[in-house]
Amino acid sequence: MNDIAIKFENISKQYRLGQIGTGTLSHDLNRWWFKIRGKEDPYLKIGDTNNRASRGESDYVWALRNINFEVKTGEVLGIIGKNGAGKSTLLKILSKITKPTTGIIKAQGRIASLLEVGTGFHPEMTGRENIFMNGAIMGMSKVEINRKFEEIVDFAGVERYVETPVKRYSSGMTVRLGFAIAAHLEPEILVVDEVLAVGDAEFQKKAIGKMQEVSHNHGRTVLFVSHNMGAVRNLCNNGIVLQDGSVSFFGEINDAVENYLGESRDYLVGKTIIQSKHRRYHCEKEVELLAAELLNEAEIATDEPLKLKLTLKVNNLKKREVRVKGMINANANTGNRVGCFFSENFDLPENTKPFDIIVTVNNHNLAKGIYSIDFNIGIGNPTTAFTDFDLLYNVLSFEVVFDDYKSKKLISKWAPFWGNSYYKQVEIEMLKNNMNITV
Amino acid sequence: MIHIQNNSLKQYPVEKWDMIIKPDINLFEIDFKEIWRYRNLLIMYVKRDIVTFYKQTILGPLWFFIQPLFTTLMFIVIFGRMAGISTDGLPQGLFYMAGILCWNYFSDCLNRTSLTFKDNQHIFGKVYFPRVVVPISIIISNLVRFGIQFLLFVIFYIYYLAQGVSIHPNIGVLLFPVLIIIMAGLALGFGMIISAMTTKYKDLVFLVQFGVQLWMYATPIIYPLSAAPEKYKLLIVANPMTAVVEAFKYGFLNQQDFNFGNLLYSAGFTVIILLSGILVFNKVEKRFMDTI
Repeated sequence: MNDIAIKFENISKQYRLGQIGTGTLSHDLNRWWFKIRGKEDPYLKIGDTNNRASRGESDYVWALRNINFEVKTGEVLGIIGKNGAGKSTLLKILSKITKPTTGIIKAQGRIASLLEVGTGFHPEMTGRENIFMNGAIMGMSKVEINRKFEEIVDFAGVERYVETPVKRYSSGMTVRLGFAIAAHLEPEILVVDEVLAVGDAEFQKKAIGKMQEVSHNHGRTVLFVSHNMGAVRNLCNNGIVLQDGSVSFFGEINDAVENYLGESRDYLVGKTIIQSKHRRYHCEKEVELLAAELLNEAEIATDEPLKLKLTLKVNNLKKREVRVKGMINANANTGNRVGCFFSENFDLPENTKPFDIIVTVNNHNLAKGIYSIDFNIGIGNPTTAFTDFDLLYNVLSFEVVFDDYKSKKLISKWAPFWGNSYYKQVEIEMLKNNMNITV
Repeated sequence: MIHIQNNSLKQYPVEKWDMIIKPDINLFEIDFKEIWRYRNLLIMYVKRDIVTFYKQTILGPLWFFIQPLFTTLMFIVIFGRMAGISTDGLPQGLFYMAGILCWNYFSDCLNRTSLTFKDNQHIFGKVYFPRVVVPISIIISNLVRFGIQFLLFVIFYIYYLAQGVSIHPNIGVLLFPVLIIIMAGLALGFGMIISAMTTKYKDLVFLVQFGVQLWMYATPIIYPLSAAPEKYKLLIVANPMTAVVEAFKYGFLNQQDFNFGNLLYSAGFTVIILLSGILVFNKVEKRFMDTI
């Protein structure tokens, strides 16, 4: 059995920029003239790489250039890249909306795709009619669709609107319905292009759960485009980074996201002097953070105490005591907050000279991943409230890679959707009196 | 070295793909099997076409009748009474309605199929299915409308018979299905060619609007072929719709301008147009999203 679901071989796509108008006819004629003389299309040789920001020489650009990769059956592949990198073009070619200029795609199984916002719905037709229509488009029989109908409506949560034309739906409802249809009609390959952004939080969660279920339980292949790095890390096993129409990285999803965000291990910040970029909001700075340093190595273990050295300075001598709050974010730039720690209150010196403190976090329980720390100097705690004196973002960053502080074994098999916390002290107790239950 | 060779040999035969996407488009590569697999969709499109026609209207399906009825009345007043154009001794109501029925079917099909890509670009841009499903569905749904309107013609027919007007259908009535096929094929062929060309050059959309109107006057709808001016006769006979309309009137109303050779010419013309339409459409549907 062949376990490759999709194979992209040398895929390129050329587009013509600007208006299609007066120049079109002359180029067409020229192309035709080359063709009847048995020569190659003259416009295929030219063309810039597709960098939308810079002014190019040619009217032709390569939206995609020599894309080669394979997707295994049951794999969830994240496709990431900046706007205009070629993600949607790639999915459009895969969905047979348009043809590649060169190259071949080979695939196994039915493909259901959900491209961009708003799906292939007929605005005049009701939700019910559109479900059947989309099913028919995917080559399903009426009986099959009937069997799934309730499930689709239920998943989309549009029960009340089933008999209403789709043109009256909100954009969120349209996407919900579109996703529900695509995911429930049991395609072997599901292609989802940045559609979740329109749905609300509840739906995004549901949709990601559904995609996980589809790939893990049913062994189906999912291609997922998103700018939400949190969702991409959660869902995908592997990632591909597109840049100006070419593959700039292909590999494990965390590495792909790091590559895309430009965070690699060299970028981990173990020591920082506070600058204005760390402050996003105005703070009174009664007590100010001047510098921070991580005393551990940049790569740490789940059970390793986190030691932080902070340099503070008192600006308002009326303040007598203060505490440090640290907020830990997963994936540095994506800002998914994982948790918080609070130090004890401590007394402040009675002068304005800088002084150092060391904060130790003993059981952070963080799982494999890159994290950053935001700091908050102030008073209060979770049972009262916290008043900020100074608030700083992205001060330090580090990576958790080891399972155990002493043995330094790598946590290499941590699945992204297991979360960010790794609780190590778990006890189990066998209860003897229940042993007479037969299986 | 040997190991690698073995490996590739072993892998090759198991490579079986359900779908292959490649850039070169073979002009004659039409996947009829695929179109057949999408027949379910075709049926839905036809249903939708018929239903959405009168959605959000008060009179509903009655509009199917009102349209040809009013056009016939208008023609009686303008061309029959005011301009006094001959109807070859046939009752004006039946004469005009016969022409309008045929022409409406043909022109509706042509107008709508020629907008296939333009009207459906948002759907074509999101999902794949054989695009040809859309023009075919238009031809079929219009046929249903044609059938309903034909009922109106039959009612008129009976009314005139009851009035004692002498009209005699003849053996030519048997050609009726052939006439429908010719009209459908002609409209589909022209429509597909135009729709394919409008993806790049939108000028054609405007041209078609004028063209179809002019075309009607080059077809014996408001006048019998015998009354056509000598100067334009050649043009009118060269028009493939002429023989169809004449044959229709010949069969049902026994109008004597019918010439079997002309009908053969129309049939041949239709086959050529339809084939080129299919080829052009097939070529364009693969890439039109880039140019529209």
